[in-house]
Amino acid sequence: MIETLAVDLAWGWILAIKTAVVLSIIPFGALLLGYVFLLKMMSHMQSRLGPMDPGGFHGWFQLIGDGIKFLQKEDITPEGADRRVFALAPAIILVSTFLVYIVIPVGPRLIVRDLDVGIFFALAVSSLSVIGVLMAGWASANKYALIGALRAAGQLIAYELPLVLATVGVVIQAGTMSLQGIVYAQQNGEIFGWGGIGNPFILTQIVGFLLFLTAAQAELTQTPFDMPVAESEIVGGYYVEYTGFRFLFFFMGEFGTAFAFAGIAATLFLGGWSVPWVDGTAADVLGPIVMLTKVMLVSFLIFWVRFTYPRFREDQLQSIAWKYLIPLSLVNILVTGILKVAI
Amino acid sequence: MAIRALTGSVYTDHTQAYFAVFVFALAAFGMVAAMLGLGRLIRPSRPQAQKYISYESGADPIGGFGQMHVRYYIYALLFVIFDVEAVFIFPWAVELEALGAFGLVEMVIFVGILVFGLAYAWRKGVLRWA
Repeated sequence: MIETLAVDLAWGWILAIKTAVVLSIIPFGALLLGYVFLLKMMSHMQSRLGPMDPGGFHGWFQLIGDGIKFLQKEDITPEGADRRVFALAPAIILVSTFLVYIVIPVGPRLIVRDLDVGIFFALAVSSLSVIGVLMAGWASANKYALIGALRAAGQLIAYELPLVLATVGVVIQAGTMSLQGIVYAQQNGEIFGWGGIGNPFILTQIVGFLLFLTAAQAELTQTPFDMPVAESEIVGGYYVEYTGFRFLFFFMGEFGTAFAFAGIAATLFLGGWSVPWVDGTAADVLGPIVMLTKVMLVSFLIFWVRFTYPRFREDQLQSIAWKYLIPLSLVNILVTGILKVAI
Repeated sequence: MAIRALTGSVYTDHTQAYFAVFVFALAAFGMVAAMLGLGRLIRPSRPQAQKYISYESGADPIGGFGQMHVRYYIYALLFVIFDVEAVFIFPWAVELEALGAFGLVEMVIFVGILVFGLAYAWRKGVLRWA
């Protein structure tokens, strides 16, 4: 009995430590992405410098200062709004983002919990944010918020499907849904019998990778799919009635989700934390660095596309999803299945 | 800990996994609540009636809200169909090697039936004019 309690006590403490560490890292990840790509990379691509003053060195304090500013704004709930739903909506969006980080591995033992339905769980909880968007739009008691929320929800669910179906090709190749299993399948795999660099799935699943990135772009409501957010330049969209820190929660959710999706793409297609010849404790040390590099690479692609293309119209957006991306992802699954069975 | 002491059994791996998810979700909610609580300590509160009017680009709001075109329901319907299909595809994908060509043909027939539904909706014109 004592041994049983001792084992379970240790497991509980490890979980507590991992939870605390991961939950503290997520805001920093979102800030890092926001600062490097949104403020600095976008500025340099537009031949300007971006923030330079806050904090002295190239304006690194800008986003933190923005956060502090929003913290001390007055909290206004519009009349006629459903108070509880109004307050709960950004919380749901943020929590659904945080839950994805449970399954993202950064080392052989550095994962909060390696669920055996890893990728399925990650995609399932990330789609909970659609409820948050609808709640925000309806509870605002504002007709423009409602229109924005329904358009956003329509876009999010339409692009949920290519996102999910693009990962099925990886699952077929790896033979498991667990993200650690997928990383090991890539590390220990071989390309035509040569095991030098393992078998990163981006080589065979290039269509899946492009589909995943496109669908992720739409899930994050980034240009060219930012019709719900472009409304905010005209009237509002689903967060028009939000002030102060709740407003910031929506953006924290967006950048947190961007970091999470980049992490998932790096894990599924680029081999995650694994480097070909390194395993064991060295991988625990090297893993986070390698993972961060790959995540920054994928995020670079996501944000580069964001700053380059103009936005699609709402109906163009929907027809791309239903008429092109979903049939393409089904064909990808078919071809991967045929190759898996035949070879 | 007390419950386990009473029953004298160890948590299975499966229970541990979803207990971890539950604890993480609770901690995430706690973090959100802490951030909002911190804000409540710092921010002012000066209620004025004009602040609570619905925002319509500065004009006076006209009429109520809540009337929306019903066309969005078709996308929700199609989404549900294909999402349930995706739920069925995942376990099949994990076990594809063991199932072999027979399993592949089975899934092709399943997906084919659903794609036929999408093609029908496409031809009927419901995928036009978001």
